[in-house]
Amino acid sequence: MSIVIALGVGVLGGAGAMARFLLDGAVSERVGGHFPWGTFAVNASGAFVLGVVAGALDGDAYTLVGTGLLGAYTTFSTWMLESHRLGEDGRLPLGLLNFALSLAVGIAAVWLGRQL
Amino acid sequence: MRVDRREIAAVFAGGFVGALARAGVVEALPHNPGEWPWSTFLVNVAGTLMLGYFTTRLQERLPLSAYRRPFLGTGICGALTTFSTMQLEVLDMLEGDEVGLAALYVGASLAVGFAAIFVTTNLVRRASLTG
Repeated sequence: MSIVIALGVGVLGGAGAMARFLLDGAVSERVGGHFPWGTFAVNASGAFVLGVVAGALDGDAYTLVGTGLLGAYTTFSTWMLESHRLGEDGRLPLGLLNFALSLAVGIAAVWLGRQL
Repeated sequence: MRVDRREIAAVFAGGFVGALARAGVVEALPHNPGEWPWSTFLVNVAGTLMLGYFTTRLQERLPLSAYRRPFLGTGICGALTTFSTMQLEVLDMLEGDEVGLAALYVGASLAVGFAAIFVTTNLVRRASLTG
């Protein structure tokens, strides 16, 4: 990885994390409730776009957009944290739903993006 | 939604670091489509361990700080770990008729990821009780 690509990954990664933060906040504020719809919306949309990108880009371009931007935009750690906290708060069914729904919609979204 | 510019800047800075670290791991541990993706598995486990530690410590132990959580949690851990690549890898396995591998990968990621939060959360809480 050249220094230019590394810098690009950093900047796009920062942008992806910012976009996640803003969309998560906006969705959570509007929808409310206990289910983490904000992270769900981020992960589902990012999986869809990665499906599109995976068929169209490779090499450095894929590293920048797929690994940098979309990798930072979507998150695994928050998905796990929110599922665990739902369980701790006595909402285990919602935590399990968060596992299952994110997986099902995530794989479907990547598949759909790839068809385009 | 009210936006704090310095909070956003902390998320950006953390995202910069997390994405760069992940790209380094991806380059160090390449794999073919349909094979066990060690790079994704490792960054997801490492980032989840860190998020469980930081979040519990910052929320339950340390005095509230406006910028630590956006930088460390939302920025670094969020960007180091990835959901989209994991789903793409699972789809590659399924389309390569590696259904067993896909189930193992999903099962291991969820089990280890959940355990990472559980263990770090409880270690931080136990430390706060004894210390």
